[in-house]
Amino acid sequence: MTKARDLADLGSTATRLDTVGASSGALSNRNIIVNGGMTIAQRSTQSTNAGSGYITVDRFNHELKNATDNLTYTTEQVTDAPSGFSKSLKLTVTTAESALAADEFGRMYYVVEGQDLQRIGYGTSACKEVTLSFYVKSSITGNFSASIYLTASGGVIAAQAYTINSADTWERKILTFPTYTTANVPNTNAAGMYINFGLFAGSNYNTASSTFVAHTGANLLGGQAANFAAVNSTTWQLTGVQLEVGSATDFEHEPYSLTLAKAQRYYYSWVSSGLTDNIFIRSPYATGTPPNSSASAAYTFPVTMRANPTITTTYNFSRFTASIHNAVAQIGTTSAGNAYAATEWQADAEL
Amino acid sequence: MNVTSVKYRLDDDGKNCQVKATIDGQEMYVPMSEDNRHWQAIQEWVADNNTIEEAE
Repeated sequence: MTKARDLADLGSTATRLDTVGASSGALSNRNIIVNGGMTIAQRSTQSTNAGSGYITVDRFNHELKNATDNLTYTTEQVTDAPSGFSKSLKLTVTTAESALAADEFGRMYYVVEGQDLQRIGYGTSACKEVTLSFYVKSSITGNFSASIYLTASGGVIAAQAYTINSADTWERKILTFPTYTTANVPNTNAAGMYINFGLFAGSNYNTASSTFVAHTGANLLGGQAANFAAVNSTTWQLTGVQLEVGSATDFEHEPYSLTLAKAQRYYYSWVSSGLTDNIFIRSPYATGTPPNSSASAAYTFPVTMRANPTITTTYNFSRFTASIHNAVAQIGTTSAGNAYAATEWQADAEL
Repeated sequence: MNVTSVKYRLDDDGKNCQVKATIDGQEMYVPMSEDNRHWQAIQEWVADNNTIEEAE
């Protein structure tokens, strides 16, 4: 190999690095979104939804605003996905909304911690554009909205409409969002950005603005014209969600274990694998000073959580406290031999 | 979130250490932490003239 050949290869490598954003960010971890490939669904892989909240795939939330007249839909993690992907999030209308009122909307949304957005440089003259890319498929065509809300300046939002051109066909959409130099989002574990995917929006919520403007309800889902909720059996699917600094690059696939660990910062589901895996608590086992009137079992989370989590379980513990590091289940009693064997619990530190 | 009931839980020193709440129809143990979204919802519920029940 000649030196000329080595130099030529170096030049080629630099070009390739530029195509994946090396000049504006890291080669890996450039996707700000966790679970954009919809591979992790700790809560459930299928559920009927007529409300709001985190339901199936990790990190993606639902909200229905004043849309409870009739609407119900299922949300699922399914294996139908574009080439190179294994999973997608699928919504299917089971009972259509009777009529779309001005004050109704439905959205999927994703919340990013402010400290994970500092690379963008909001609030500075060096602020960079970001690009949101994703694969979408729907049984209906038309204009849908994707918007970005920043928690800076009391809340600013920019929205863009994207068009689903062909029914029941996977399409990749690439949307670039502008800079915002007025103020930064918090450099903490608090919410810094909401990424909204419109499903339907009444006239109170679909005023378009492609630049960041003060958030009012009117511009939450700017440009949303299609109505996912109008007809029974309408479907809408999403996967390959990526938010990155600069131009769009191919979706950054990760090992399952890495995506799971990232998702567990926000939600952790513990399910016993059998009798020997249960959390056993028996109390009290002694009297004395102080009297031992309670017993507890501690569990260390596999990943440090974003915040002290909420604990849910079907067991009626006296307390079930948790820090970002671990959870402690406790029973209080004045008699010997009371015992619990917990087989499931969940820790929620979502935004 | 639809908060319907909230009650303090005591630690071994008899101090309030968390609440047990029913939110969206589900019972949950909620830390009194400002960056917890359920505690934030409970604070809004309290601001709407609701009261957290004292521990027994």
